[in-house]
Amino acid sequence: MSIHPAPDDLLTSVQVAHFVAHGSLRLDAVVPDELNARAVAVLREGIPATPYATPLAEAFEPGSFAHRLVNLPKVAGAIYSLVGPHPTVDHHAVHVREANEGTAQHLHGDAIIDVRPDAFDVQLMYYPQDVTPAMGGTLSVPGSHLRRTNESDTGRYQNLRGQTRLTCPAGTVVLLHHGIWHAGRRNDSDTERFMFKIRFNPTVRQRLLWNTDDLHASAVSAELNTTFDWYEDATARLEIYNRVRLWQAMTGDETFDPDYLVTRVTNRPRRIVAQRNLNPHARDTSKENA
Amino acid sequence: MTVRQHVLVLYLASSGLDARVVGWSSYDGTGRTDPTTGDGDVPPYETGVDALRDGWRMVQASQLVPPYPGHEYDTSFLKHEFWFEKLAES
Repeated sequence: MSIHPAPDDLLTSVQVAHFVAHGSLRLDAVVPDELNARAVAVLREGIPATPYATPLAEAFEPGSFAHRLVNLPKVAGAIYSLVGPHPTVDHHAVHVREANEGTAQHLHGDAIIDVRPDAFDVQLMYYPQDVTPAMGGTLSVPGSHLRRTNESDTGRYQNLRGQTRLTCPAGTVVLLHHGIWHAGRRNDSDTERFMFKIRFNPTVRQRLLWNTDDLHASAVSAELNTTFDWYEDATARLEIYNRVRLWQAMTGDETFDPDYLVTRVTNRPRRIVAQRNLNPHARDTSKENA
Repeated sequence: MTVRQHVLVLYLASSGLDARVVGWSSYDGTGRTDPTTGDGDVPPYETGVDALRDGWRMVQASQLVPPYPGHEYDTSFLKHEFWFEKLAES
């Protein structure tokens, strides 16, 4: 992880814009079958815990399953693109949804309310098995990550239009902004479902860490302008506003504002134009050219 | 015969009851169904008024609360929450 990923392994600007809009990014079947095949046994046994904020480079034994996972070129490139070099591992955990367990988690955000406007943690969720609809794949709510709510106070919300009920092929990795609303769904199948989660803390400013060759592509603006079916009409505009502010922080470009939402409401002109007869200091020029 | 409350919560796209449903939850006091997180992608009604027309009685609507000064651009919980009930024999 200390080596800079190859440009082709970094995320593109469009992918990072997708992350900023959705609060998540999927990398389908990015983990090879050979690793997936041994994952369930490894996860069932457990991954040794690490103290909070252990440098990623020290968190997992070289050659171990977890070490190989985070060093897969595409995974390492995606982590680097979002949190930069030398992130720390906040914590990690193996999550198991038991077969036919009968309950779902309440919708929640992890940890506590976290409203940092220019920094974010990233949670990696790795699914070693094919996840079918009946297996209760993680529910997540696209575009919910910038809502200011605390942990499971959203537990009242059972379903939101346009929600994502994850189904995926084995070896899929999903990267999530720390604020995303999510929940483990009820597993109605006869198969235990495993997921391995790692939360990363950045140790550098999260600015232009990805492959920026396409930074000014129109597809970037299109991604950032995405709205979701569960957004209320008026609040949807505030979501775009907050997303633009985050993109400005991540690029250092305060002129980025395709729909003029930020610029309009931060426009505070200082130039004063008053009638001359209201200015007691104005020189009387009316007779100078007479 | 015992009567139990069946509760439906609809989240709408604006403060009007005829606005589009964007989220929903339900709780069934009869025990016949067990709704839970992420159990469906299709809302039970297109609008709040559609629920009225199907016999649900609205019992509470969100107030319109102005934003706290300095937090006008913050987003948080869904704003337009409407509670309905039906009474059913269990």
